[in-house]
Amino acid sequence: MRTALLIARKDLSIRLRDKSAFIYGIIAPLGLAFIFSFVFNPIQNSTFSAEYVVVNQDGGPVGDQFVGVLEGLGDEYTIREVDSVDDAKKQVEVGSDAFAGEDEVKADAAFIIPAGFSEDLLSGDGGTITVVGAASSALSAQVAFSIADGFASGYDALNLAVSTAIPEGVEVDPQTRGMMFGEAAQVPAPLGLDDVSTATKQLDATTYMAAGMAVFFLFFTVSFGVSGLLEERRIGTMDRLFAAPINRNSIIMGKALTSFVLGIVSMSVLVVATSLLLDASWGNPVGVAMLVVAAVFSAMGILAIVAATAKTQEQAGSFQAIISLLLAFLGGTFFSISQAGGLLEKLSLITPHAWFLRGLGDLQGGEVSSVFPSVGALLAFGLVTGGIAWVFLQKAVQR
Amino acid sequence: MNGDGLVLECRDLRRAFGDLQAVDGVGFSIAEGETYGLLGPNGAGKTTSISMICGLLERDSGEVVIDGHPLTTKSVAEKRAVGYVPQDIAIYPDLSAKENLNFFARLYGLSGVERKKRVDEVLEIIGLADRANDRSEDFSGGMKRRLNIGIGLLHSPHLLILDEPTVGVDPQSRNAILESVENLSTEGMAVLYTTHYMEEAERLCNRVGIIDHGKIVAEGTRRELIELVGQRDRIRLRATGNIEAAAQATASMPGVYEAAARDDGLDVLVDNAADALTGILGTVAAAGVSVSSVDVDEPNLEAVFLHLTGRALRD
Repeated sequence: MRTALLIARKDLSIRLRDKSAFIYGIIAPLGLAFIFSFVFNPIQNSTFSAEYVVVNQDGGPVGDQFVGVLEGLGDEYTIREVDSVDDAKKQVEVGSDAFAGEDEVKADAAFIIPAGFSEDLLSGDGGTITVVGAASSALSAQVAFSIADGFASGYDALNLAVSTAIPEGVEVDPQTRGMMFGEAAQVPAPLGLDDVSTATKQLDATTYMAAGMAVFFLFFTVSFGVSGLLEERRIGTMDRLFAAPINRNSIIMGKALTSFVLGIVSMSVLVVATSLLLDASWGNPVGVAMLVVAAVFSAMGILAIVAATAKTQEQAGSFQAIISLLLAFLGGTFFSISQAGGLLEKLSLITPHAWFLRGLGDLQGGEVSSVFPSVGALLAFGLVTGGIAWVFLQKAVQR
Repeated sequence: MNGDGLVLECRDLRRAFGDLQAVDGVGFSIAEGETYGLLGPNGAGKTTSISMICGLLERDSGEVVIDGHPLTTKSVAEKRAVGYVPQDIAIYPDLSAKENLNFFARLYGLSGVERKKRVDEVLEIIGLADRANDRSEDFSGGMKRRLNIGIGLLHSPHLLILDEPTVGVDPQSRNAILESVENLSTEGMAVLYTTHYMEEAERLCNRVGIIDHGKIVAEGTRRELIELVGQRDRIRLRATGNIEAAAQATASMPGVYEAAARDDGLDVLVDNAADALTGILGTVAAAGVSVSSVDVDEPNLEAVFLHLTGRALRD
């Protein structure tokens, strides 16, 4: 171990001098985290708002109920009632015109409730609410459609409940049916939603970018240690190490130790710096520390395989860059892979990056123990790849 | 060192790389204070041989004994007795001369005051004391070569192995290196020196092994090797007088193989010019011949190599 420490100390001294580890380990990830944070923060932190117009030609209870639903949506929604369909459509057209003046009345979407809507519904004939969305307000228009769709789904459920309550063959007038709808609507919903995932188990944009850049560049920083074996061979000092009174495995251990120290220092500096400078919220320090150590371990294993099998330092550098980029893309370093879904989301699980980011996400809404699955996966990566690398490295230090 | 005063004994070393038998039964020994030269052209098997002796390279067969202890690639303690100076410069360019020396000194177990003292001593020996804290990347080729040698000397090894240490070195640095090696053997260190420069082997080495195609084809002192192939010293006298009579008188002297008259003097073939010259000059003078100049041509190892292998050292 003394020899491994000696070699690691020498390597770290060289890395500090050539500044490459400093650039890859701290400057580049911190700089990119800054840039991405400034780019994405305004998008994520912007407040959603929508302006809707509603034409209620019905005047019946269901039409009024829908208008009531719209008016109760919240402060981010502006609801205006207009008398004619033409007025409503005109406001939506103005909303689609990017060059429309600031003083022109415009809307993101219009709801048109036709005359006789309530009567048709209550008599069982069915009805239609028309939603007209502005082309330039796709999100607001989609939300408008979802509001109407949600109302329709709710009405379907009430209709089913009322129809079930009326014995077969019994005729019920629309007024009684309307009263039954009112009573059914008062029954509390048996199933509720508690939105934990979006509220507490998701990293904010700044933290996501900081963590993504940190784990992405970790793979470059760690490579400075393990690829040192190829550097020793290139400059001829490997023969001197072989001729020295040391165990050859201590050379491998020294390089691994260099990687570990570089990785831990780089990640630690980034966690602290992004917390202080970018207000990133990494979560419980103990959980973060466990994830960082496990991520460094996994990166060491993967990159050690490359260093052990490459013929030259240049070849190893190319392989390491390709692998690091590929894993980073698959692992959701640059965008949240969970939003992609499907095969891509499943593929992300073969990358340490995804497990690291998932662990940090879990830590946002849970105890330290919530990172155990991610830490376990990262350590498994490290053990498997490190084991394979060890076999290859044994051959590399024998001649 | 064993009871015979031998620091290194290697026997029947063999190593093949695929179909190429790089080393084929090499064996020799080196005693304390002796400088042994392994002389051969490029590709003769010198570097492969010393790689096995240093414990860098696994051997297919054979044995290496350092100070009475077998040495293999896995040996640890035994390697402390060996100092290795590779053919290519093997230093950390980002570290200063002192940092390079300190790192390897620690690797060889030197610590504290002993390490500092030894590092300073070596810096003086290799003439880099005034550049100790400069990055070795900025050194000239000769300075790098000297640092390369210094690292091998750090732990005062019993056996120093130098693999063609003067390749690509300017004449001044080359001379400094050769002087350093001469001093080492006088201090009692055993030195194994590989080279394809005949002059270096003749200047430095007490004994020389001539290696070709992975085999040692002849071994001995310079004189023994020359005698082995029947080469003799030639004394050329520029003279006036009765040259024929002088040639006849000289030819009958002990140790003289041939004496031939020329128009301007005579040529004499002897075993050893240094031993025979005084007697020959006396005999020639007694024959009434006046000598105006004397030239001595001693056969060198280049001629021996040519005789033994049929090709020149630099082929």
